[in-house]
Amino acid sequence: MSKEKIVLCEDLADIMPPEYQELVETATFGNQDRGWKDIGSSKELIEQHSLCAGCPESIAFRYILASLPAPEDTVFVGSTGCTSLVFPHVAVHNIHSLFGNQNAIASGLKRTLKARFPDVEKDVVVLAGDGATVDIGLDMTMQSWFRQEKFTTICFDNELYANTGGQESGLMQKGFVAKMAPNGKNFEKVRLPEIAREAGCAYVALLTVSKPNRVEQAIKNAIYVAREVGPTFVQLYTPCILEIGKQSMEGLDEMKESESIGGRFVQKEYITEEAQKLLDSIKEETKARKKAAKAKKPVNA
Amino acid sequence: MSNYEVKAGPEAFLPPAAATMGNVLPDPGEAHIGGKLVPEDDAYDLAARKILAAKVPTIFPGPLVLWKWTDHVAEKAKALRELAVEAPMRLIPMADYRPKYPKIIQEYEINPNHPNLTIWHNKIDVCIFIGVHCHMANLSLKIIRGGTSCYTIAMCAMAGHEDACLSFRDADLNMIQKLTAKIKKLKSEGVESQAEPFTQFVMGPSGPLTP
Repeated sequence: MSKEKIVLCEDLADIMPPEYQELVETATFGNQDRGWKDIGSSKELIEQHSLCAGCPESIAFRYILASLPAPEDTVFVGSTGCTSLVFPHVAVHNIHSLFGNQNAIASGLKRTLKARFPDVEKDVVVLAGDGATVDIGLDMTMQSWFRQEKFTTICFDNELYANTGGQESGLMQKGFVAKMAPNGKNFEKVRLPEIAREAGCAYVALLTVSKPNRVEQAIKNAIYVAREVGPTFVQLYTPCILEIGKQSMEGLDEMKESESIGGRFVQKEYITEEAQKLLDSIKEETKARKKAAKAKKPVNA
Repeated sequence: MSNYEVKAGPEAFLPPAAATMGNVLPDPGEAHIGGKLVPEDDAYDLAARKILAAKVPTIFPGPLVLWKWTDHVAEKAKALRELAVEAPMRLIPMADYRPKYPKIIQEYEINPNHPNLTIWHNKIDVCIFIGVHCHMANLSLKIIRGGTSCYTIAMCAMAGHEDACLSFRDADLNMIQKLTAKIKKLKSEGVESQAEPFTQFVMGPSGPLTP
């Protein structure tokens, strides 16, 4: 897939539903500087979603899709859960894997894409919930990091099994009482970012999705580092407002609260020296490119 | 060979997959009519007659022919448009396979998960599936056979579909043009199209454009 393929056949273009005509005309495929600021002014790569009203996961999806450096050359690997309800509505290639084996699938996929398209940078991004990443799929998740598979793993951390009614998960905070965990959790929240760092991830980020610019930066960093250096991991707090007893409009406040000082989701990053060098050089290149483009622009009289 | 005949429905709420009844796919150079394997050339004649005899014949182009994957696909799309004009037939796209919320607009779209809605709404009595991924075509064809009286024709670029009432295989540009030529020939011999008059809709960026 490349952006040249996102073209309708001329003879049938006039019968296509409007959302596809818009996708061809105003989506940001091929735009090097695409980002969250395009939301509202160009066609998003998520058409609709079947998540609950006000669900932070839907916000996370929109920011992530807007932040992919090359959506036309990206393949998502998803897992069972609320995220799998969204993928049919997303204009990016995606594979639904069995519960927990998403990082194993992604490993094979990345290697195959590398062999099949040696001259094109194909990004593989795993996007799964905390149940798939930390509980059921921790083996596959960690083994892919040990093997230094070059793809990004994103975990939507809502701290429980939301899709099935609120069972306890490894990422649930200690003492939390959920609908299907009435006694409260007895153990501490699994420290996955630290595990990821120790398991060999070159870039690790933990944050909420309350601030789109931060999400964009983390996603871009993770994908760039995964291309060149090694596995990367981004853990995003996307609370399930239903399961924690909040209203639709309270998701944002919940995230802001949890990222304030002393909260569970104060933003943190672990970056290896090699990854930092790469990110610095990309930053410099981008700066120089934008400066050159600005200089080229004709000055209006 | 199976005795199970794949006819236009409505057959049952859950019709069996024709393959489970023993129906097999045609070999290259063949097609099937109602489950019986026939030489490909015979199928053109029946397909053309069915199209001309229908009141609301319709083509359902899928993503494999709607998007310009290759230049060959663009040529197929052009040939499809010519077929639609020649017959005449309506064009209603199966643009994607997602469960669209709150619902599809049956007049302008068909969805593989409930193709019967589009067929009922438009009273489609003969349809051609083309450019629809096989697994989705199989699903749709079975639903259509189960709940509607629509005669289904599959112009499959792969191995064909047991669940269509008539199925070609290896359908390429040449085969679309052959079907168009057959319709033209029948018309020149005096077989008139029974299609009800219609105006093909044109979709704009914010919805259908009114003529």
